[in-house]
Amino acid sequence: MSTAIAPVDAGPRKSSDLRGRLEQLLAFAGLIVIVVFFAIANENFRTFSNITAILFSTVVIGILALGTTFVIITGGIDLSIGTGMTLCAVMSGVFLINWNLPLGLGLLLTVLFGGLIGLVNGFNVAILGLPPFIATLAMMLVAQGLALVLSNSAPIYFSVLPAFSEISTGEIIPKVPNAVLVLLVLAVLAAILLGRTLFGRYTFSIGSNEEATELSGINTRKWKLIIYTVAGLFTGIAGIMISARLGSAQPATGQGYELQAIAAVVIGGTSLTGGKGSIVGTVIGALIISVLNNGLRIMSIPQEWQNVILGLVILGAVYADMARKRTT
Amino acid sequence: MQRRRFTTGAISALAVLGLVVSGCAQASDSASQTTATPPPTTAAETSSAAGSSDAPTSSSEATGGSGGSSETTESSAGGDGLSPTSMSDDPKPLIAIVSKGFQHQFWQAVKSGAESEAAKLGVEITFEGPASESEVEAQIDQLTQAIAKKPAALGFAALDSKAAAPLLQQAADADIPVIAFDSGVDSDIPLTTASTDNKAAAAEAAKHMSELIGGSGKVALVVHDQTSASGTERRDGFIEWMEANAPDIELLEPQYGGGDQAKSADITKSIIAANPDIKGIYGSNEGSAIGVVKGVEESGATGITVIGFDSGKAQIDAINSGIMAGAITQNPVGIGEKTVQAAVAALQGETLPKIIDTGFYWYDKTNINEPQIQAVLYQ
Repeated sequence: MSTAIAPVDAGPRKSSDLRGRLEQLLAFAGLIVIVVFFAIANENFRTFSNITAILFSTVVIGILALGTTFVIITGGIDLSIGTGMTLCAVMSGVFLINWNLPLGLGLLLTVLFGGLIGLVNGFNVAILGLPPFIATLAMMLVAQGLALVLSNSAPIYFSVLPAFSEISTGEIIPKVPNAVLVLLVLAVLAAILLGRTLFGRYTFSIGSNEEATELSGINTRKWKLIIYTVAGLFTGIAGIMISARLGSAQPATGQGYELQAIAAVVIGGTSLTGGKGSIVGTVIGALIISVLNNGLRIMSIPQEWQNVILGLVILGAVYADMARKRTT
Repeated sequence: MQRRRFTTGAISALAVLGLVVSGCAQASDSASQTTATPPPTTAAETSSAAGSSDAPTSSSEATGGSGGSSETTESSAGGDGLSPTSMSDDPKPLIAIVSKGFQHQFWQAVKSGAESEAAKLGVEITFEGPASESEVEAQIDQLTQAIAKKPAALGFAALDSKAAAPLLQQAADADIPVIAFDSGVDSDIPLTTASTDNKAAAAEAAKHMSELIGGSGKVALVVHDQTSASGTERRDGFIEWMEANAPDIELLEPQYGGGDQAKSADITKSIIAANPDIKGIYGSNEGSAIGVVKGVEESGATGITVIGFDSGKAQIDAINSGIMAGAITQNPVGIGEKTVQAAVAALQGETLPKIIDTGFYWYDKTNINEPQIQAVLYQ
């Protein structure tokens, strides 16, 4: 099978690989620049506890962004990840508190539930051919509503289950919250999945030319279904991480998280038109957002301006993406 | 191939739409059923479509009594006035309540207060609100639909009072008495406003903060938003009290977390990182206050005085465990009760005070178990 897609992709792949590396370098350089800037501007930024605080605040958006990277590389979009995460958080409460299931089983079911949300999205997009924007927008509303219904519009507390909070705030490695490790492990897994497997190659291939991919004998519908499901699994994990952090499943939050995750993906150099992107870039993009948030707050920049600056950074990333396209 | 895919897509989209619509219909059905609690006989009548044809007549009778004070309407209004028995003979008057939200614990408490008072006074209520407190347009739609039901009276908590002005005028033109609640409406139309004095409540929080940190040091504010009345009043009330009474307290630039716990926790951690000498942090609503508690816990900092606003299980736990020094609570159940009371009073032609202060309380470890406080805390 891999030989089948060779003629489609092999030629440009080599040079775009190089270019991809350069783009990552650019995002990485951007991250270094803002980190150095804040480190010089404010000595409190450089403290160890602040650095872990930045990493910690990256976790939820970062995990959502990892899953969305696959979807965006195919040229699709997933707007349901924010409220989907909320629904999964509520489901973790239903499994662990209302049904009193063992911790491991409850977590597994929550992640699978996230996968189910993704599967429905994938079915709508890949099998029925709905535009991803509309299909996942509808799912965003469904998930938000269901989260409220299933929780009776009230938070579900995990206070009887202290082990649950350990997933987020416990420290297997001293002074590093477990949540940060979870993000790291998931990022490595996602990077392997995207860079070293057939799944990853097909993801790129569908994004750069779906028709050609289909013509080379690849069942693109099946693979898109799987890609959305994978994004859903990440949504499930993010749901666990946020409810573990808050010690409760909050049914009313989550909206807006999808946009931050998409922003992280775009800042990381993944093209919204598909075909290009990387996990390293996404992690860097998520870090850029949290470093900016944290640094601007530490410098006591009024919040209105924090949003303006973040918006300009996103615009800058999109300009860079357009400029790249013109040169190719 | 492409075309067929499109048609199947369209068909399934229609199917989804159908499901959503029927879901909504069911939801609104169940909403009206739950609100009509006491005598089951009238509940069955009013939850069906028949209710809408009866409602206008009963509302015009009732409001004629309240608005005009002319003797001609008295006979039709059933001027024996307060007797609840005469009310339950007719289809019960409907009070449509449009709140700022419905899923937060606070609004659920307002709703329960309104429902219990409605059951007591023999009226029917509907209670709805947008999904989040930034959805002004969704609320306007709900208000439009509430007026279209021709209720006997209207309870309304405006997200944006200017945006709602034309609709309130429409209600006034239709002789529907309007009772504002939670935050004031910038208009003469509401007969009264049942609300917490947010500025006074925030000043009370500031006073306790100043006492607890000994009158000097750095204090930060994590506020839920910078545009709504409750956000700005709880910020300004706090700041103004500090400026007037605590010259040695240095207030940091307020930060806004949208009431999102995780975001407010991140904000708190950066405040602590930027100001290792911080003495106190004030969170202006439930989500902000819990976020501050999380942020302080996660940062591992000690000796920071945290003061919150509103209630909820997590805040009560934080106060009992000593992480939070205390908080201000409004009386959401009371807000709901007073709103319905005022609406019924308006229907019976009583004159109402311009403002009904629903009160607030400071609670901390020392008084949290007193019955008076327990009555206003919601979990």
